[in-house]
Amino acid sequence: MGGVPGSGLAKGLAVTFGTMTRRSHTRQYPDVAPDLPPRSRGVIALLEENCTVCMLCARECPDWCIYIDSHKEEVHVPGAARPRQRNVLDRFAIDYSLCMYCGICVEVCPFDALFWSPEFEYAEYDIRDLLHEKERLGQWMATVPPPPAHDPNGEPAKEEAAAAAAAGAEGAAA
Amino acid sequence: MPVWLDILIRVVAVLVAFLLLPLVVGQAEHKVMAHMQGRLGPMYAGAFHGWAQLIADGIKFVQKEDMTPRGADRPVFQLAPAVALLPYLLVLLVIPLGPGGLVGQHLDIGLFLVLAVISVPIVGVLMAAWSSANKFSLLGGIRGAAQLLGYELPLVLAAASVAMAAGTLSLPGIVEAWQPWWLLWQLPALFVFFVAGVAEIRRPPLDTPIADTELVFGYKTEYTGLRFAFLMLAEYAGIVVIAALTTVLFLGGWKGPFGLDVQLGWFWTLAKIAAVSFVIIWIRVAYPRLRVDQLQRLCWLVLVPVALGQLVLTAAVRLVM
Repeated sequence: MGGVPGSGLAKGLAVTFGTMTRRSHTRQYPDVAPDLPPRSRGVIALLEENCTVCMLCARECPDWCIYIDSHKEEVHVPGAARPRQRNVLDRFAIDYSLCMYCGICVEVCPFDALFWSPEFEYAEYDIRDLLHEKERLGQWMATVPPPPAHDPNGEPAKEEAAAAAAAGAEGAAA
Repeated sequence: MPVWLDILIRVVAVLVAFLLLPLVVGQAEHKVMAHMQGRLGPMYAGAFHGWAQLIADGIKFVQKEDMTPRGADRPVFQLAPAVALLPYLLVLLVIPLGPGGLVGQHLDIGLFLVLAVISVPIVGVLMAAWSSANKFSLLGGIRGAAQLLGYELPLVLAAASVAMAAGTLSLPGIVEAWQPWWLLWQLPALFVFFVAGVAEIRRPPLDTPIADTELVFGYKTEYTGLRFAFLMLAEYAGIVVIAALTTVLFLGGWKGPFGLDVQLGWFWTLAKIAAVSFVIIWIRVAYPRLRVDQLQRLCWLVLVPVALGQLVLTAAVRLVM
């Protein structure tokens, strides 16, 4: 404070009046879709083909809201001595009434089967409907945004480096 | 025009103003306050920028159950909102809108009547507070009594200064006598009257009787439904009345900046009332509520001495001229 007595009072009036003349910050959400920041955490999408039933996500989940069921199938590979075994996903469900959107399952997934989608409008009148089975989780895949572009100043991706090295070796061999 | 028709038209016009202007002020408060806080305010009711919000609120209040607490003093509790609201209707009756008898009822002692009637809502506040049988209501009511009785004094002294300057108690007479340079001459009285008026209608930042962060809702705590709506309406009617009185006493009522007072008088009066109402809303947004002791300090150590000084100044100028 200090200065002229009452300057604080005048400043209060000036600030409120100035705010009134500027545009308000309100987003009229149901009428106007919000501009979400990139990598918004709305819902988790499942790419079923990539899942190997390794169970890492279910085990890392802090509140145990991922349910996975599977069975083993024998795959006969022609020419192989013994049939191989393969995990087949029967059920993959995320209970969004428990999920706390930490994203650990997306982080730990070693085969890129889980993705963040920015969709957030899946509120339900019945809490049981918040349990999304794998069909519903698969439908969210369509809304997953493409991954952000690579940082031009960063190191090249491992895959790119390996491909370049292989191409270089081929070129040298030829 | 027969007398009864004349009376009917005037009474209906005052009643319409009494029902309409507080709603306009209330809606303006919604929107102005919202924009001052970077919000939009009501946007849905009535489809265009929420213009029908207060109508919707009114319908909601009518639908709500009108409850009276078991421990309450029933008749007093039920009568209190009317006592708080109706005096403002009476005040509007004598406030001149324009020159040449454009007033509900011309009274030679208009100012006297206004000052007498405007202190009646205090009784309504005390009735509501005491009869609610609720400690928060009672605290609010006692605060209200202390505040309203205290601020009555500077209010009357400031109004007396104008009456002395104009040499009349009639409100149209005061506007007739008003000169633009009075803005400077009566500036301290204007300040005192405005602040005391805001305290008199219990508006933030001088709303210790209501003080929703301390006393739930003060003397309004136990009210529901239509009676609560009446108490809220009394608040906004109070804004209109204080703004109108400030306009008539200090801002020259129907006198505009460029002639045409006879044709445009009503417009100037309404525009000035709107401007003063805006300031009342504005200070609500800008300032925090005064503590109870600060409130009394402001009244007795600032407003009363300033008002007394203004009286001396007014008397001196009147004697010299």
